[in-house]
Amino acid sequence: MRFVFFLLLIVTVDCGYSQFQVKGKVLEFNEKGKTIPVPNANVYWLSTSIGTSTDIDGNFSTPYQKDIRQLVISSVGYRSDTIPVNRPNLGNIVLYPNVVLDEVVVEKEVAPIQKSLFKVQNVVSVDSREMLKAACCNLSESFETNPAVDVNVSDAVLGAKQIQMLGLNSPYLMFTQENMPSIRGASQVFGLSFIPGSWIESIQITKGAGSVLNGFESISGHINSELVKPLTDQRFFLNLYANNFERYEFNSRFNKNISDELGVGLYVHANLRNGYIDDNQDSFYDTPLARQINFMNRWQFMDPESGWVSYANIQYLSDTKELGQTDFDIDTDKLTTNAWGSEIATSRLDISAKAGYVFPELPYQSFGFQTAYSAHDQNSFYGLNEYDINHKSFYSNFIFNSIIGSTQHKFKTGLSFTYDGYEEFVNNNPFNRYDNSVGAFFEYTYDSLEGLSFVAGLRADSHNNLGDFLTPRFHLRYSLWDKASFRASFGRGKRGANIFAENQQLFASSRQININGSNGNYYGLQPEKAWNYGVSFIQKLYLWNRVMDFSIDFYRTQFENQVVVDWENPREIAFYNLEGDSYSNSVQVDLNYEILQDFHIRTTYKYFDVVTDYNSGRLEKPLQPTYRFFVNLNYETQKIAEKQWRFDFTSNWLGRQRLPNTSANPAEFQLQEWSSSYNLMNAQITRVLSNNFEVYLGGENIGNFTQSNPILSSNDPFGTYFDSTILYGPVLQSLYYVGFRYKI
Amino acid sequence: MKTTMITAIAFLIMAVGHAQDKNKSVSFEVKGNCGMCKSRIEKASIKLKGVKFATWSPETKQFEAVIDERKITIPDIKKRIAEVGHDSDGFTAPDSVYNKLPECCKYRDPASVHMDHGNKN
Repeated sequence: MRFVFFLLLIVTVDCGYSQFQVKGKVLEFNEKGKTIPVPNANVYWLSTSIGTSTDIDGNFSTPYQKDIRQLVISSVGYRSDTIPVNRPNLGNIVLYPNVVLDEVVVEKEVAPIQKSLFKVQNVVSVDSREMLKAACCNLSESFETNPAVDVNVSDAVLGAKQIQMLGLNSPYLMFTQENMPSIRGASQVFGLSFIPGSWIESIQITKGAGSVLNGFESISGHINSELVKPLTDQRFFLNLYANNFERYEFNSRFNKNISDELGVGLYVHANLRNGYIDDNQDSFYDTPLARQINFMNRWQFMDPESGWVSYANIQYLSDTKELGQTDFDIDTDKLTTNAWGSEIATSRLDISAKAGYVFPELPYQSFGFQTAYSAHDQNSFYGLNEYDINHKSFYSNFIFNSIIGSTQHKFKTGLSFTYDGYEEFVNNNPFNRYDNSVGAFFEYTYDSLEGLSFVAGLRADSHNNLGDFLTPRFHLRYSLWDKASFRASFGRGKRGANIFAENQQLFASSRQININGSNGNYYGLQPEKAWNYGVSFIQKLYLWNRVMDFSIDFYRTQFENQVVVDWENPREIAFYNLEGDSYSNSVQVDLNYEILQDFHIRTTYKYFDVVTDYNSGRLEKPLQPTYRFFVNLNYETQKIAEKQWRFDFTSNWLGRQRLPNTSANPAEFQLQEWSSSYNLMNAQITRVLSNNFEVYLGGENIGNFTQSNPILSSNDPFGTYFDSTILYGPVLQSLYYVGFRYKI
Repeated sequence: MKTTMITAIAFLIMAVGHAQDKNKSVSFEVKGNCGMCKSRIEKASIKLKGVKFATWSPETKQFEAVIDERKITIPDIKKRIAEVGHDSDGFTAPDSVYNKLPECCKYRDPASVHMDHGNKN
């Protein structure tokens, strides 16, 4: 009742004064982004001289003019503002400085993940901003917020992160660093953790058959990472990171330009994992103890006038991991049955150089030469198993680019030479091998300029173990209508499988190794050979003035021969040549949209059908989720006076996974046929305090999902049933981290 | 195998040898405004026999090309560029073609430079 009376009073007052007062406060932003009052600003009703000016606190009050209803706020040095008056208190009115507008440049920041409409291949480009979303720490983790590539953990003891594309593990993907092969051979399992995320400038992910330029090994895709360049990178960069499981990371880069053409960079990464974590109380560490130190010295020479570009790099790394039971003491228990423990010690040296020349008068013609040497040395033991591998590799490639008639017809041709020497000891049985090959390639690119383009490539290689063979690769793009592209590709790849290096987790189990090879060159096994075919469609469009892109693709990899890795008998791991069929089908659908200004959503659904004929029959590939559903939300506030907030959230649903057959085990060590599906969530908040300094805070696996009982027979690791290889979900509980980045 | 390599090397040497005579760099001014003009000018000229490389800059209005002088001359290129709507010294685009250009490309009107070029991505 009192309320009604109060209302009545207001109405009466309003009627009583024919002219009530319109109030407001005039403000501006200072350099620090804070609002401060604007005194003495003129406030007047549009096209009249009725008005007032603001007081020292920016406040004003002027009688309402109901015929005009538009109030003009102006002050010298500011842009005037005209405000429709629809309420008595106009609140805060911000004036902006009057800048001289000689040219309006409309800029839209390029999205950190780009799917190109125009490239012939199905390429996703990822820049360093995207890598910041996974604040930790190396290349394997950089893919966790990216739907094109899946990250899997190899097993419950090593905790090595491996990636997958189109349902196939990383050995079937080609990795290159600045277009030179890397992460292959001995470094297959751990190699991704040897490239610190903060050194990476951008990543290009090509699905399906790659290009013939980089070799014949790629089957399901090609991932290239570009490192930061001394001439263009920040002068100094420092990043520290720590998480609740006592993982510490140090990243620093220092660059100096010796002259306009010559720059030098020194990059250092170190990490320490010092947490003795066994939250699931199975007596095994949930995450390895680790130490890594990693240096790179990089030189860049660039002289656009003469047309020469050149790089030289030297990188050295030393990495040690200790894992196994928490009461394992390496000094007294190594290779004994006192306790199960493992140590993996790796040292690696990489030296590479590149030189390129663009003919100054002929901008379409150039040549390039690349060469790389690496020496990788791993010494390790897993319980009573010992495994050592030494891999020396030499690579060189010469490429010549030019045109046939006009730039509608481009070609690349060249020669390559590779050498890989392997020395392996598996429980003191030596396996020594060397591979070398000489090859020539030719790749033709046609562009009709009216929407059709294709790249057709062929290479011929002569290889001591793979024989003489041809590798065809073909990519086509056709522009169907405005902002829509259709792509198709096919290609073949061939490789020899390094069965131990690629499946190192087998040593963390009591499984017997069984190689059923005949007289092949790779541990008695035949080389692997597969065709990959794919089609994709992408449509970009503007929905309510914001970019939306939709894409769908389908890829099939069909093996002609494969080294089948058979985990289906819990007593053994068997390697044998494929007899029958083995294929992988994958479908991916993406929908990306900017829902609100600077608020982006990315969604991806992937379906996999990966089937192999095992000795025991046709089965789905084990530990392969049948589907994945990925959602990423990203919001960035406007940068005001160098300050900004960035929010990022990723959720990943993984469908059920077939588990290897354990029916031969006693009931207590048997697993279900299928795992459950589960969800993983990561989130991160970054606060940019200035152009030089930002801090971040985040969490991984914040839903705290872990696989119960990740190690079979963990209390009897020297018994028959010990097995840590059947891992379908995380072992580590929710992880929280903080860090900062400082750059000049 | 060996023959493939020899062919590849032979091809390489041929291409380099070729690079000396028949590659004349030319440049002249062409009128135009925007990215759409750039694409139109470059497309028209690169499709001419004898034009190996063509680029046009919306900022400087300079057209640069590498041509095989035995097969084509500068007036041939200017003529073709005028046929798709762009004027250059000595060659004027027919009004019928010019009038059909999108509004933002009508470079003869000084105001057209400031026009919205739509959603180009």
